[in-house]
Amino acid sequence: MRDVAVIGIGMSKWGECWQHSLRDLFVSAALQAIDDCGVSRLDSMYVGCMAPGLFNGQEHIGPLLADYLGVTPIPAVRVESACASGGLAFRQAYMEVAAGFSDIVLAAGVEKMTDVDGEAATYALGTAADQEYESFQGITFPGLYALIARSYMQKYGLTVEDLAAVAVKNHSHGLKNPRAQFQRAITVEEVLQSSLVADPLHLLDCSPITDGAAAVILCPLRKAMKLSKHKPVKVIGSGHATDTIALHARKQLEFFYSSAKAAEKAFQMAEVTPQQIDVVEVHDCFTIAEICALESIGLFEPGQAGKAAAQGITHLGGKLPVNVSGGLKSKGHPVGATGIAQIIEIVEQLRGTAGERQVANAKIGLTHNMGGTAASTVVHILEAC
Amino acid sequence: MASGIVGYGTYIPRYRIRVEDIAKVWGTDAESYKKGLMLQEKAVPGPDQDVITMSVEAARYALARAQIDPQKLGAIYIGSESHPYAVKPSGTVVAEAIAATPKIHCSDFEFACKAGTEAMFVCFGLVKSETIEYGLAIGADTAQGAPGDALEFSAAAGAAAYIFGRENIAAEVLETFSFCTDTPDFWRREYQHYPRHGSRFTGEPAYFRHTLSAAQAIMEKAGKKPEDFTYAVFHQPNGKFPMLAAQKLGFKKEQWQDGRLSPTLGNTYSGASPIGLAAILDKAQPGDTILMVSFGSGAGSDAFIYRVTDQILKIRDKAPKTRVQLDTAKQYLDYGTYAKFRGKILKD
Repeated sequence: MRDVAVIGIGMSKWGECWQHSLRDLFVSAALQAIDDCGVSRLDSMYVGCMAPGLFNGQEHIGPLLADYLGVTPIPAVRVESACASGGLAFRQAYMEVAAGFSDIVLAAGVEKMTDVDGEAATYALGTAADQEYESFQGITFPGLYALIARSYMQKYGLTVEDLAAVAVKNHSHGLKNPRAQFQRAITVEEVLQSSLVADPLHLLDCSPITDGAAAVILCPLRKAMKLSKHKPVKVIGSGHATDTIALHARKQLEFFYSSAKAAEKAFQMAEVTPQQIDVVEVHDCFTIAEICALESIGLFEPGQAGKAAAQGITHLGGKLPVNVSGGLKSKGHPVGATGIAQIIEIVEQLRGTAGERQVANAKIGLTHNMGGTAASTVVHILEAC
Repeated sequence: MASGIVGYGTYIPRYRIRVEDIAKVWGTDAESYKKGLMLQEKAVPGPDQDVITMSVEAARYALARAQIDPQKLGAIYIGSESHPYAVKPSGTVVAEAIAATPKIHCSDFEFACKAGTEAMFVCFGLVKSETIEYGLAIGADTAQGAPGDALEFSAAAGAAAYIFGRENIAAEVLETFSFCTDTPDFWRREYQHYPRHGSRFTGEPAYFRHTLSAAQAIMEKAGKKPEDFTYAVFHQPNGKFPMLAAQKLGFKKEQWQDGRLSPTLGNTYSGASPIGLAAILDKAQPGDTILMVSFGSGAGSDAFIYRVTDQILKIRDKAPKTRVQLDTAKQYLDYGTYAKFRGKILKD
């Protein structure tokens, strides 16, 4: 198996991109990634996208996006694993390069979510849960994560202020990210005064509906120096795991087994320990998700991450900076693109080009991207060269 | 030759329903509408009121102020998205009721919420070109919002009527401008009771793009800046949008607060910015300048710049003022009575 590096990154500002379609968003990000490294060809491409059929009435987007990028006849595939689609597109590209099938592979993610109204978007997102036993019974994703939050609160004494502190932290990080959907500071009081969506989760505990795309380019590490204008970033660990699709089938609600297994595989492969991680991007689709994810992947002991944001541990400048990009909460969450954007943030951190968001001396970074209520998780560990 | 408004009138029904009373029925958070959209209550038409009856009231007040013979009206245009008939004009009934028939051109206009200013735009053009001596333009709606939809908290009722002429002008039209694109943010198809909308798509790409573009373009055309105006009035689908539009353009609160009635009136659709303009004329002084920008989904904005003359002091007290109708003699309805008045209860 060959060592693989990320050599190019591309992403436009995320938000409600009324003037841009699914294909526009993708092409813009992909061209930026190509420009970033300066490669003259692509051998294949993978695009993470959760629900173009429901959001845009469009399936078969592999060839569509290859066509609009102008790279046909290269192989082009859409990868779907709900909100983990982007992270898994990256893993597919990584495996293809590592296996020696291709040298220069584009891994991208895209979601155009504002083509439909809130109700239709809620339905589309709900298809990531168990339709028959969860969604059809009336529960939505905020509802499912509210159950997880309640379970955690009951077990570990978490407060709504602790949850709000996660959103406050991620918004303070997003302020420093010019590509973030929301570049504004919020307070714990504002979070608690925002509309109650699913008790105990308020509107500002939830990631938003976002249009956006992100793209990266991978190649064999030994060719990276020659192909790229930038210092390559090496992929040293990749793990993917699944869990029961329905929340009610789990032994514990607040511990994500798929995340634990994916992280375990990634750490084993990378031959690093959780203590060696300098910077982390985790899947904070809701504030409670960041807390549970940090514990599930082994960066905190169970019950210990709940107050980490309130105590400043996970802030930029803290002991373990988490979601310095702004996370899904502030940067936005175009579901299929999120996993790729996490990779981009870590690449920028390891390149040392993250500007105001730069974590000092960041050498090893981790991304955690999950689908549904963690029925699938993909974890990657990257290292500066 | 100078042309402009020679008479104006407003009609607001006396019935109101509070945001809390709607929210209670649908289990929604009243505070989010009160804080988020700055809506407190809205005007509701009585069971025997519609666009025609409200237009007649507003037209009579406009005639009372203009002090002209209705037979001199050369045109009557009513802009609305709730004309009582799909086929058969509202304007003929109103023209007959105010004794303006039969030598008059009549048409009903529709362009979502800007149909009222559309009528004003055309009347002004006919008067300015001396095709007619006087023209009557009315914006009126008994706005529809589906039960439980966000629109139900704002969809209100009201009418404003304007008579344009070339003599005894109370507010001269200095400039006009119109801006429109194909932006389907809100619509109601034939045979549908309630409009549908694109949620947040109705904000930035629709309301704000058109309102701000029209405002900026007319100011540039006239060589004016926000500080050159005494007042500014915008389409007001809720309390928040016109405030944000005004702020984005650089207007101060003292310039926009008198024309923004939506927090207690609701969204009177085609009547919205015309009623806001009437509230300003009720208190404006000679020499004051006013910017008016409407917005209609689909989408477009009409913009006008007016300069108030001495004549305003002679006419404004000849009919009931807008703020008086809005703030006094209100009668609050519970949701059940409101539902009955609005025909939302099926009886067979």
